[in-house]
Amino acid sequence: MTRREVAITGIGVVSPGGIGVPEFWSLLTEGRTATRLVTSFDPAQFRSRIAAEADFDPAEHGLGPQEIQRMDRAAQFGVVTAREAVRRSGLDVSTVDPGRIAVSVGSAIGASIGLEEEYRVASDDGKLDLLDENYASKHLYNFFVPSSIVAEVAWAVGAEGHATMVSDGCTSGVDAVGYGCELIREGSADVVIAGGTDAPITPITLACFDAIKATTPRNDDPEHASRPFDASRNGFVLGEGAAMFALEDLEHARQRGAHIHAVISGFAGRCNAYHMTGLKTDGREMAEAIRVAMDEARVNPEDIQYINAHGSGTKQNDRHETAAFKRSLGEQAYRIPVSSIKSMIGHSLGAIGAIEVAASVLALEHDVLPPTANLHTPDPECDLDYIPVTAREQDTDTVLTVASGFGGFQSAMVLTAPGASR
Amino acid sequence: MSDKFTIEDLKSILRECAGEDEGVDLDAQILDTKFEDLGYESLAIFETTSRIEREYGVSLGEEALNDADTPRALLDIVNARLLSLA
Amino acid sequence: MKPSTVVTGIGVTAPNGLGTKAYWAATLEATSGIDRITRFDPSRYPARFAGEVPGFVAKEHLSSRLLPQTDHMTRLALVAADWAFADAGVQPDQLDGYDMSVVTASSAGGFEFGERELQALWSKGSKYVSAYQSFAWFYAVNTGQISIRNGMQGPSAALVSDHAGGLDAIGQARRQIRKGTPLALTGGVDGSISPYGWISHLASGRISTAETPDRAYLPFDAAASGYVPGEGGALFVLEEANAARKRGAEIYGEIAGYASTFDPRPGSGRPPALKRAITLALQDAGMAPQDIDVVFADAVAVPELDRLEAEAITEVFGPRGVPVTAPKTMTGRLYAGAAPLDVAAALLAIRDGVLPPTVHIEPDDGYQLDVVTGIRTTPPRSALVIARGYGGFNSAVVVRSAR
Repeated sequence: MTRREVAITGIGVVSPGGIGVPEFWSLLTEGRTATRLVTSFDPAQFRSRIAAEADFDPAEHGLGPQEIQRMDRAAQFGVVTAREAVRRSGLDVSTVDPGRIAVSVGSAIGASIGLEEEYRVASDDGKLDLLDENYASKHLYNFFVPSSIVAEVAWAVGAEGHATMVSDGCTSGVDAVGYGCELIREGSADVVIAGGTDAPITPITLACFDAIKATTPRNDDPEHASRPFDASRNGFVLGEGAAMFALEDLEHARQRGAHIHAVISGFAGRCNAYHMTGLKTDGREMAEAIRVAMDEARVNPEDIQYINAHGSGTKQNDRHETAAFKRSLGEQAYRIPVSSIKSMIGHSLGAIGAIEVAASVLALEHDVLPPTANLHTPDPECDLDYIPVTAREQDTDTVLTVASGFGGFQSAMVLTAPGASR
Repeated sequence: MSDKFTIEDLKSILRECAGEDEGVDLDAQILDTKFEDLGYESLAIFETTSRIEREYGVSLGEEALNDADTPRALLDIVNARLLSLA
Repeated sequence: MKPSTVVTGIGVTAPNGLGTKAYWAATLEATSGIDRITRFDPSRYPARFAGEVPGFVAKEHLSSRLLPQTDHMTRLALVAADWAFADAGVQPDQLDGYDMSVVTASSAGGFEFGERELQALWSKGSKYVSAYQSFAWFYAVNTGQISIRNGMQGPSAALVSDHAGGLDAIGQARRQIRKGTPLALTGGVDGSISPYGWISHLASGRISTAETPDRAYLPFDAAASGYVPGEGGALFVLEEANAARKRGAEIYGEIAGYASTFDPRPGSGRPPALKRAITLALQDAGMAPQDIDVVFADAVAVPELDRLEAEAITEVFGPRGVPVTAPKTMTGRLYAGAAPLDVAAALLAIRDGVLPPTVHIEPDDGYQLDVVTGIRTTPPRSALVIARGYGGFNSAVVVRSAR
């Protein structure tokens, strides 16, 4: 029995420095960075005061006043990118049975801005132990349960199939796409709107990463603060944004003459069962996820032509990941170009995995590999080809993208060009 | 609060901020035992040192803390900072 | 032929009983765990009842290393997971890590922990925020902590769809079993009974403000006026049926069917999607409505939502066509833990040949439901569990006897 294949037919992106797919891709291929000092609130008290912010005005992107009021920023990103993905797919959703359209949204921390703002008011900045419900928004429950983001996306696209949020920390974005893929393969949906969204640039999130020194304190040079694989890297830069995809059964997409950006040919996740935030140096579990994803995609290490890395820019991640590539790809790891777009757009937690899928798909389509910005002095322990500073043109048919997250999640996805015969 | 930070002070903060691993006896001679061998990973140490900084009103410095891998080393840093405040 | 997925272990922490045995005994005796909130002073709020898990002393079960870094609901979940493994007769450290998956559901994460850190930040400053905040609050925390505690390295996830998420987690765990992972730990243990959690619940507009605990949660009753939030839930060990039999495991029952749908956009004029979730779950199980012996209702106790659920049930099963019960009237609604606790009740009902009751209510005849208001001794061989989440999530699971 041949399995159902899953095509990506539409993409939507909200990224720091690039709202919409064309702007996002320009930023990446030009190697520009969107990291800066936080502007959405005064970050003076924090150890790390840098973030990659999206200059996003919801009204400009078609959201009405009521939608804006009831939706957290993460939900707004989700809805705007879902609409863009559907629009770009050319799919007339009114021709599809709504019950066959599913939604799978990844988010690590949901409506955190809304939750923090509501907390401040209802507790009078923490003065009240017993919060005053009379000062809470009637939309508070939407912030309390992040599944409201999924509901907004489903309403926006008219989906009435299975809908859920996949919340696997920083692998949420790619995991939600993998989850959506599974729904098509098993036959429970014909179309899935899948992706990830997070808007974590809030005081509480800055504070929690400060507390574990995970974010970079390079406050005097924000534009060059995110330095994956560089010897001078000292933490990640928080980002925000979303990417959503229209996933379709490949045959369904072909029959309607859709433009097919890429085929999701393999996906796998594993857990390190080691530590909520720590990583072992050997990369064993990420390597296993890569191996299984390649198996599912029926590709060998020789077939992988580009790796879109997790590359967060923390000391431990970049070594862990490099070890995982070597363990899963052997000597071939040294021949495959690798890059981290977090060098340019920061780390948007549950969104970035999906944004990296978008970057991988665009790399396949345009035969251009985005660079790792700010990489000037490689860490000797990170000795692969990380495409420093400048994008590279290269015919590319098969891409691997990986993610690693708090909770121990390790994920890998293989994407192939639609024409690639395999 | 006394003006000197003792091993007893440290143990009490460790217990509160990070608990105590089964199979580890904090009341044994632990001054020169590595935190790692006492079952404390980096998070436990971040939580502990952050508490010390707040309670004692000192700033311990990230670089110094990176090298403090035993209770004795940490006590030395804290006490040096307390002395410089006095 | 898809491999059959069976439940071999159950771990319960519920407001009317800590542990499966205590929960089930209380449930069959119609003993409710709903009472005035003790975890904070609820006097100032219009709603003051909740289902709190009784007698849980975390340090009796968990290492002191875990306590500073975990929310109350994560502690409950870790213990429920331990109990599920013990019940299944599985020692996770004897298995290969990649052969075990964890899929849990959450609604709002370790909310009480997060609330404490928000207060530290805003009343004292960023340096007062805990190093554990970065993961103790987020939705994946239970999956991650259970994975670490038990060395589980297989494909894992956390799913969030409000009260429906617990069934979606079971559905996803079953997928992993079907794809070849030999064992999955799944379900949901949840809870957010803290002041900020409480005003968040209140904002849903669905919480009962009744004056006595026995009048506070009355689904399918003409006096229904909202629900009571609770904490706890259930976790399960799932295995592929043949492998479970081969190792001589005791089997509670099979996860025979699962489906999930989403309601149309409000104001679209399209029909609600719950009936379709039920029908698809039955189809998935290869069963007809008459094959179902009891329905565990979602039972929100908001009249409009009760009506929609009753209509979906009667459209599929006919008026009074199947016994319907809601033992959650004894626990309150446990968010992501609610439906897993119902799945546990359904499996125990099949094991013991009884239907657990719905307490405190007098069913409104208008719903045309055969509500089980007192324990019944007609042995069920199968059950349908329904769960819905705020915004339009509908999920359904069919369990049946594996004998």
